[in-house]
Amino acid sequence: MTSVSMPQKSNFLADFGQELREGRQAYLYILPAFVIMAIITFYPIAYQVWMSFTNFELRHLRLQNPDQVGLQNYVQILRSGLPVPNFSFGRILVFNLFWTFINVFFHVALGIIIALALNVEGLPGKRAYRSLFVIPWALPALISGMVWRNMWNDQFGAVNLLLQELGLRGDIRWLLETDAVVNLPQIGLVLPLSFFAVFIANVWLGWPFMMVIATGALQSIPEDLYEAAEVDGATRWQQFWNVTLPLIRPAMVPAIMIGIMMTFNQFNVIYFVTGGGPIGLTEILVTQGFKLVNPQGWYGVASAFNVIVFIILAVITLITNRISRATEPYYA
Amino acid sequence: MVESRANRSSDPRLAAGDVIAVTWAFLVFGASLALLGLAIYLLAVPTVTTDPTVTVPRRVGAILALVAGAVIVTRYVRLLTAIFRHRDLKRAHHTMRVDLIQVFLLGVLVTVFFPLVWILSMSLDPRDFSRPTGLTIIPPGATLSAYINVLTQPSPNPVSFPQLLGNSLLVAGGTAVLAVIIGTTAAYAFSRMVFPGRRLGMLGFVLVLMIPPGGTLAPLFVLLNALRLRTTLLGLAIAYASSALPFAIWNMKGFIDALPYDLEEAAQIDGCTRTQGFLRVVLPLATPGMAVTALMGFLTAWSEFIMAWTFLTEPSRFTLPMVLRGMIGQYAAGTPWSEFAAISVLMSIPAVILFFVLQRYLVAGLAAGGVKG
Repeated sequence: MTSVSMPQKSNFLADFGQELREGRQAYLYILPAFVIMAIITFYPIAYQVWMSFTNFELRHLRLQNPDQVGLQNYVQILRSGLPVPNFSFGRILVFNLFWTFINVFFHVALGIIIALALNVEGLPGKRAYRSLFVIPWALPALISGMVWRNMWNDQFGAVNLLLQELGLRGDIRWLLETDAVVNLPQIGLVLPLSFFAVFIANVWLGWPFMMVIATGALQSIPEDLYEAAEVDGATRWQQFWNVTLPLIRPAMVPAIMIGIMMTFNQFNVIYFVTGGGPIGLTEILVTQGFKLVNPQGWYGVASAFNVIVFIILAVITLITNRISRATEPYYA
Repeated sequence: MVESRANRSSDPRLAAGDVIAVTWAFLVFGASLALLGLAIYLLAVPTVTTDPTVTVPRRVGAILALVAGAVIVTRYVRLLTAIFRHRDLKRAHHTMRVDLIQVFLLGVLVTVFFPLVWILSMSLDPRDFSRPTGLTIIPPGATLSAYINVLTQPSPNPVSFPQLLGNSLLVAGGTAVLAVIIGTTAAYAFSRMVFPGRRLGMLGFVLVLMIPPGGTLAPLFVLLNALRLRTTLLGLAIAYASSALPFAIWNMKGFIDALPYDLEEAAQIDGCTRTQGFLRVVLPLATPGMAVTALMGFLTAWSEFIMAWTFLTEPSRFTLPMVLRGMIGQYAAGTPWSEFAAISVLMSIPAVILFFVLQRYLVAGLAAGGVKG
């Protein structure tokens, strides 16, 4: 046993020395980025972790050092004990997860359906559609969010005006109604009317990305596969499930992972469409975290909050990574 | 269904699907004739009023209906001839399918454009928007005064539009340039060289990439404040770069990974050093990737709100997103919506143009970089 492992070890050391010599140039390339990132990225992160164990507030910005408070910030957040109106960590987390899941599902489904529709042979205007449909993605999300907020306004918003023109009641208080439309106390999910408003806004701006990815993937599927499937007597539906979907999967999975991250952290849409309201029911973690800094000025609590969000994101990434690998029969 | 299609030419009987397709052809043909008739009626019969906000949309609508009607009539006349001259039922099926999809896509187009038309229309509207009005594409009394107001006096603060634009361009451009220049060299090393700490370094970047926007807001606020940079544009650009740089390295690594190594090897055999290979072979090939990385950095900073709103206090250093946010305030009633819409349009145009120019590379870059471990 030892006689086998010894040469391996010396080999490893020799390799290591070789790598180190070759690495000198690599380090030179990395040095500028490393120095700058150490100062502007890694140091703030480390500082954030330190701050999360202190009671850092506005008054500590001038010289006065904050006190160490141990895990108090974390305990306060996780027990929903922050003196913020309507703050419930569990509810925000459940809402945030549901928000992510339902949005990404609709983005992907719509993206694939529309990409398929645009992939039909002999369809006039294909190119025009493809470029026009990208506009919601190209528009800064901040502006989309504000425009949708205006459109959902109960008095003069475009949606209520449209309902009026169609002869329906046009006085729905989309963003202000506090009654729950969906209430599932078993899992702690409460959805007010404003959820559907902000959800529609986010679907509007989210599906084009998935459509572009799906279009690229669809175009790379060789036509003979469909011909072969047709010869075998497969219906269109069977062709979709057994040829199209497996073949666009490798392109869609990374896009879905990007989509999950983007949607989980979709600050602009939530903050500008509903502002987290009414009574905090559509708050997600990033909007709540922002409010702890601005306007509250609780830097210590906000740091702890963001450390928790970071850990949740890391867990989600690991899980989605696992799921996408575990269900990955087509490429390795 | 597929079998029936394969045998159709030899089968003299009409299947149910064929009946539907032929009926469809007749129905659409009839409807398009009606549309043509309506268009001609609208053009021929004079309107009661001479108000241009009524007559102009009516005229434009009539001309559009005329064109659409003519296109559909020709398409279906050809189809009906094909059906009855050559018994071409396959063509009937195909036309029905394509045109149903066309209707679906037009519906999608309407939903995509509804908010866009709404905001354009709002930017031209001179009326007070806190009173209910009807939906109109071009509002009565349309005017460019909101744009003029915005360009002369964009906010209650003493700051001009060129100043705001300059601030936004400076911060966004600075972030993009910094991220690309520094990011590309590091990405090259991570992509092409083997050295101790490589995996650890990449892991560090992945972890940093998961930090949400504004995730390090609190420490950046405190640190930049201590350096007396917090309220300056330089401080803001530094804060932006702190999240743009990890993304730039990650994205460029993915892009350089996808470039063929043979070219560099050939250059090295010809006597190029590593650095010459990087400068003369890799950089030219990596230009699209750099363009995308710069675009992402620029667009993110261009519409960044969280940090700007938290850090900056001096109105002369404000960026465009802050002015927009300042306009909509807490309650919608007091918002100057026409001016808000005008700034939104002005701010969106460069972003959308840049996006369209670089979209091809963007998709390729996202597919190549970003996600590969």
